[in-house]
Amino acid sequence: MDELSNLAHGFAVAATLPNLVFMLVGITLGVLIGVLPGLGGANGVAILLPLTFSMNPTSAIIMLSCIYWGALFGGAITSILFNIPGEPWSVATTFDGHPMAQQGKAAQALTAAFTSSFVGALFAVLLITFLAPLLARFALKFGPPEYFAVQLLTFCSFVGMSKEPPAKTIAAMMLGFALAAVGMDSVTGTLRMTYGFPALLKGFDFLIAVIGLFGIGEILLTMEEGLAFKGKSAKISFQVVLQTWAEIAKHWKTFLRSTAIGCWMGITPGGATPASFMSYGMARRFAKDPASFGKGNIQGVIAPETAAHAAGTAALLPMLTLGIPGSPTAAVLLGGLLIWGLQPGPMLFIEQKDFVWGLIASMYLGNIVGLIVVLTTVPWWAAILRIPFSVIAPVIIVICGIGAYTVHSSMFDVVMMLVFGVMGYLFKKLKYPLAPLVLALVLGDMAEASFRQAMLLSQGSLAIFWSNPLVGTITGLALALLAWPLLSAGWKALRPGEAPLSGGAN
Amino acid sequence: MSGPAVGARGPELAVAGFLMAVGGLVIADSLRVGTGWADDGPRSGYFPFYIGCLLVAASGWTFAKQLLRWARDSTPFAERAQIVQVVAVLVPMVAYVVAIFPLGIYLASAALIAYFMWHFGKYRWRVTLPVAVGVPLFFFAIFERWFLVPLPKGPIEHLLGL
Repeated sequence: MDELSNLAHGFAVAATLPNLVFMLVGITLGVLIGVLPGLGGANGVAILLPLTFSMNPTSAIIMLSCIYWGALFGGAITSILFNIPGEPWSVATTFDGHPMAQQGKAAQALTAAFTSSFVGALFAVLLITFLAPLLARFALKFGPPEYFAVQLLTFCSFVGMSKEPPAKTIAAMMLGFALAAVGMDSVTGTLRMTYGFPALLKGFDFLIAVIGLFGIGEILLTMEEGLAFKGKSAKISFQVVLQTWAEIAKHWKTFLRSTAIGCWMGITPGGATPASFMSYGMARRFAKDPASFGKGNIQGVIAPETAAHAAGTAALLPMLTLGIPGSPTAAVLLGGLLIWGLQPGPMLFIEQKDFVWGLIASMYLGNIVGLIVVLTTVPWWAAILRIPFSVIAPVIIVICGIGAYTVHSSMFDVVMMLVFGVMGYLFKKLKYPLAPLVLALVLGDMAEASFRQAMLLSQGSLAIFWSNPLVGTITGLALALLAWPLLSAGWKALRPGEAPLSGGAN
Repeated sequence: MSGPAVGARGPELAVAGFLMAVGGLVIADSLRVGTGWADDGPRSGYFPFYIGCLLVAASGWTFAKQLLRWARDSTPFAERAQIVQVVAVLVPMVAYVVAIFPLGIYLASAALIAYFMWHFGKYRWRVTLPVAVGVPLFFFAIFERWFLVPLPKGPIEHLLGL
């Protein structure tokens, strides 16, 4: 098995002492980011990205991806103990996690959540290990039309699968593309949409957008809810861990189902948040006692956590093999690759073996490290949450400001962060999805380049997107997903008596 | 919490209108640089032109739909008290960013933290001051000393010769 020897080599790269230290630092920072409101995986990684420019890319990506795993773990702590989802994907964890904590079973709930996260991630990493090389080999055959078709599929699936109104999803996405186009056109060198402002010459950086939209926007949203945090405290003893493990092992079916949902939603850019809701819904539908959900059923913790972590991890599969991220955080990591001078995509598996397999090996190690860290340090994180928001909030604003400044050492970026922050708040309130905006901003240049190259090949004829079975299938699938909201609306209109379909959209 | 609420229809219309305007700017500039073909392939406006069209179409749809159901739409945006809260945070945030220009990021950060703790947290000065001074000092140590990333500095830092 080629993959196994590559993986063994990757472990040799990842398991050096400095990299293990970076892993530990990353996980710890990640949990902190996941616990604090207003700092999430995406903008946490975005803020720290400039600090890694001078590091070697393998160590840098190990640390940054560990921040991501840490944030996935950390979101569960606030959900269960404080009923405040630290991250959008842990909203579903509050449904049963917090009732368990209220019944004095916080330790069990936390253990179940962490273990589920771990299991979900483990399966997703296994999937990456064996599927990624195959996909990369397959993707080597891709030309510009195929690349554009895959990107089209990515964006169409947002329209088809998000629960926000399709017109708003398209608008958010197009805003991202438009912002990405500002500045110098990389093909012809023409200045676009700068309208004479020198500050716009270098365009809008997606890192600034991420920090503003997710960081500042989230602070504004949190302020709306008021500032009181009232939580349960918890301490996890080794005995409870063993008991809980014995109990949750009985729910292996929930694990398998949730992992499958999570991996699927991660690879297609559904993301961790819809995956966790869908998985929770499925667990309730298949349970023997659906009525006990929402009152502290342990399956209600297992299902969303497994799916969220599986989706979060699987989102790196299309990022590494095709250069198309499956989630906003994966998009930020992709931006990091570009900054370090690595071109994501199938050639990465041939030219940067150390990097790719080091990263994959670090996913195994990082999640093990993460599980140990969170299980042993829960009381400490719960204590951090007891620091009042009137202290935490300005510190987070300062961190966002510094993060935005350090990207290009430019005050214009700090001002833009504020603008994006207000926009993020308005978009959230009016149900415009943020993920397609960020993805379009990151992928805009690449999508445009592949579209223009494809058009050059065909001398401007769109027929090139149906010119062979491969590209035709992808394009067809993309258009079908795009039309999905229309089809399901039509279906509902034809059969008014039926309850609205809830499976795909949630 | 419940109180008088502000409807979502105003903000909805404003955001859709803003996006239409952005789409208009994109189209206008694409037309300027050319949306057709040159000798060496598509011109710079070729791709953004369609992006602009889709943006105008999608937000125009939201805009028109909102106008059509204007009278019977009572979707709440937020309660009045909540908006007051948000503005109460947004204003110091804006002031903070403006203050960075003359004062540098460290002094402005100290002021922001002090204001939040004093105004929202009702802390005594004994608690507020150490935090407000300590956090920027901590960031100074990390960024300027450890990672060697210079951040914006103001008169105080220059006086100290940093």
